[in-house]
This record gives sequence, structure tokens and C-alpha cells, in this order.
Amino acid sequence: MNLIHLIRNRDWRWAVLPLTLLTVWYVVTTLGWVNTKLIVPPEKVYQAAVKAISRDGFMEGVEASLMRDMSGFVIGSFAGIVFGVLLGLSRWTERIVGPTFNTLKHISLFAWLPLISTWLGTGDSAKIVFISLTTFYPVAINTFDGVRSVPRTQLEVARVYAFTRWQSITRLIVPAASPQILTGLHLGLIYAWMATIGAEFLLVTADTGLGDAVIKGRAAFNVELIVFGMLIIGLVGALLNFIATRIESHLLAWRGDRT
Amino acid sequence: MNDATRPVVHGLVNSGILQRLFLTLGGFSIRVSHAAVGLILPLGVLGLWQFAVIHEWIAVQLLPPPELVWQSLQDLWESGDLTHHLSVSLSRIGWSVLIGSSIGWLLGFSVALSKTARAYLYPSFEVFSQFPVVGWIPLLIIFLGIDEGLKIAAISIAVVVPVTVATYKGISNIPRNLLEVAQVYRFTRSQVLLRVVLPAALPSLFSGFRQGIMQAWLALVFVELLASSEGVGYLMGYARLLMQLDLVFVGVIVIGVIGVTLDLSLSFLESRLQSWLHTVHGEAK
Repeated sequence: MNLIHLIRNRDWRWAVLPLTLLTVWYVVTTLGWVNTKLIVPPEKVYQAAVKAISRDGFMEGVEASLMRDMSGFVIGSFAGIVFGVLLGLSRWTERIVGPTFNTLKHISLFAWLPLISTWLGTGDSAKIVFISLTTFYPVAINTFDGVRSVPRTQLEVARVYAFTRWQSITRLIVPAASPQILTGLHLGLIYAWMATIGAEFLLVTADTGLGDAVIKGRAAFNVELIVFGMLIIGLVGALLNFIATRIESHLLAWRGDRT
Repeated sequence: MNDATRPVVHGLVNSGILQRLFLTLGGFSIRVSHAAVGLILPLGVLGLWQFAVIHEWIAVQLLPPPELVWQSLQDLWESGDLTHHLSVSLSRIGWSVLIGSSIGWLLGFSVALSKTARAYLYPSFEVFSQFPVVGWIPLLIIFLGIDEGLKIAAISIAVVVPVTVATYKGISNIPRNLLEVAQVYRFTRSQVLLRVVLPAALPSLFSGFRQGIMQAWLALVFVELLASSEGVGYLMGYARLLMQLDLVFVGVIVIGVIGVTLDLSLSFLESRLQSWLHTVHGEAK
């Protein structure tokens, strides 16, 4: 009784669109209205998924991609926070480095990839450097904004209490800027995943990786593998986003309900 | 100073023209000195680059001399190759922004204005927006080949997401009392849309559009590097295959210049829009 109530009371209208698409997909492929080499039937994607998961290689690829993603993210966000705090605290650093940074950030990220791959090859180091760079920009920009918006009065209070520079950074500036820093980290996480997949598409190697698997599937015209790979790419992206949102609200809980 | 000029000088000082002149001059020199300070780093890097090349620290294949990069840029420009690739890339951007933002506005407006549309479409859209654009490209290649259709489709997808989100958020953040006033005045639905919703949501519509263009620029370079025979991204990928790093640098510079130009002109337009909205609101009061 309770269960029926629960199902009835929820808004299920969101399901209409995906279910319609799935049905259309299923119907047109089983009735053979479309070229099933191009538009593969859903059950083939399912078979490809089962095969890919059971066979070794694919899951290792996902793992390798996640490792790259995380290494790049950690390096890039660390550098971004340090850079953003420095730039936000010291007028001189801002005057000297700011204009260059603001110009360089307009270079579309993937344009760096040919340079990076010439210098570092197509292996993990090039990919991780690229992912770090991608993470660095949003983290640095948001950290800078956050540090800049710390109220002057709070800084003065810190001076009155004779905080050392290190104390005022760790006790005042970073906590006060934490909402923006977290926004930057969240953006960085989304960008890092895009960069991971993009770098694996563009720098084809013998390495394993989710992007490599998909791009090899394209070369072999293995459409079911491409569709499955895409789903995994989206799923991982959504999962990372979900975790980031959770951590963000958890970490910002100390601020209470002020908005 | 004789007696005849004294009143004139007094007048000048009192009217504040001189103060203003000094202030502008002061502001100007501060700005010049700031620009000069900002140039220290790039000039230093350029100097180090030149120094490294002269002393052959790094192989020329890995780091071409700055003058070679400059020379290649001029050659490409004079031969018309650069303009050709640029116009190809820019027209891709133009079409995709047109298509992507039309879809985005349509979608954003419908989910913001109609509860039914929101209930049916928005959850699916949210899932869709989680997929990184680059992930779509292999699938699009299967359906569309590697022709122009692929680029337009991929870049349009990149535009749709920010435009839709900004439109939806912008409209749902319109203060309730504005809509209530419209109700009191018995505005028709189209009046509410044109006189209340559109002006109030205009800033966020524009900022979504701006983000969309920036995303398009990002997606363009990616898709041109991956599968293209024309365009700035193609130029770079090709040059890298031939190990012509000077051309790769030219590509980076060109992409940077376009990026800065796009951003500056968009932020100029945005500030014009803001001030225009202010004057309109001011007159209304």
C-alpha cells in the first residue's frame, strides 16, 4: 500500500522522453528500418557491455583513465590554489603575472596539446600535464576571486591580533575564500574529465584508457563499443559531479544557512 | 603672471578643469606604468627563449627561434593560407553558435515558462549536460562522417548546454513581484513575455550566450584537431605531424588572439547592454 502510494506520488513524467527514445531505437532496429550497422540495436550494446566488462582490458582502461584524471586534477588544483592565493594577496605579483595569465587563459585549451605532445610525447606525462593545465585555470581564477573578496575589515582584525602572514592565510583567507575555491575545484573536476577523454582521443598510443578504447572502436567501426564507451564516459562524469556536489555542501556546512 | 591672466587662471582652477586634467593625466600614466609592469614577464620569457635558442640549449626542432615563428606567421598571412583556415574556423563557429543558441533559447524558455515542459524535458537535459562534449564526437563521426556536419553538430552541442542553463536560471530568478505587477496591470501573455520576462532575463541570456561562444571555441579546436582537413586546429595538428613547431606556435598565437578578441568584444557588448538596461530602468522611474 505504502509502495503504491510512493510510486503514485512521485513525478514520473521525466521518464517519458528517455523511454520513448529507447522504444523508438528498439523498434526501428528490430524492424530493420535503418541500417543496423550504423544504428546498432540496444541488445548489441548490452552484449558489447557484458563482453567488455568480463574481458580484461576495458575496466583496466577505465581505471587508467581515472588515475590520469585524478593525478592531473590533484596537481592542477594544488598549483591553481597556490597561484590564486599568491596573485590575490600580493599586488605586485598580480601586476606582473596577471596580464600574462589573463591573456593565456584565452587560448583554447586543446591548442596546447600539439605543443605538449611534441615536448613530452604521447604518454602519460603529456596527458597528465595537459589535464593539470585544464584544471589549473578554473581553480586559479576562482581562488583569486575568492581571496580578493575577503572583506578588508576582517583582514584588519587579523592585523590587530598580530597574525603572522601564514596564520592569516590559513586561518582567515583560505577559509573565507573556500566557497569560491570549492566552486573552482568543482569546475576543475568537470574540465579534467573532459580533458582526460579529449587527450586520450587525440594522443593515440598503445596505452589503455577509456578514450583509447572508444577511439579504437571507431577505427574498427565497432559502434556498440562506442555507444557503451560513451555511456561510461557520461556515467563517470555524472558520478564525479555528484561526489563533488556532496563534498562541497558537506564542507560548506560550517557556514550555516547564510546565503 | 600679470593681472590680465590672473582671473583666467583662477577661473580654470575653480572650474576644476585643471584638476580633471591632472587626474586624467595621472590615471593615464598609472595605466601606462601598469601595462609596462605587465610586459615584464612576457618580455622576460621571450628573452629567455631567444637566449636558449642562441646558446642551443634545446634542439631547434623542439624550440624554434622566435624570429622563425614570426616569419612563418607573416608567410602564412601573406600567402592567404591563414585567412583561409581562419575563415573556415570562424564560419563553423558562426553557424554552430546560431544553431546551438537557438536550440538553447527555445529549450530554456520552454522549461522556464511551462511547468509541463520542465517536468518532461529538464531531467533528461540534466543527464545530457553531464556528458562531456568530446565524448559525443566518436558517435557523431559514425553518423555524420567527418564532414562539415560533424563539426557543426559537435560545436552546437557545446553551445546548447550553457545557453539553456543560463536562460532557464535567468528566467526563474526573475523576482516574483515583477510578475505580480504585470498581473495587476492585466498584461497579456505576450506582453508579460516582451515587457517583463525578456528585459529582466536579458543579462543572464547574454552571459549564457557568452559562455556558449567560449565553449564553442574550445570544442572547435578539439574537433579540428581530431578530424578535419581545414581550419586553425587542423593547421596545428598537421604542423605537429611534420614536426614544424614554428607553425604550431603560430597556431597557438592565432588561437590566443581570436580568443582575446572574442572575449573583449563580448564583454564590451555586455557592458553596453548593462548600461542600456540601466538607462531604460532609470527612465521608467
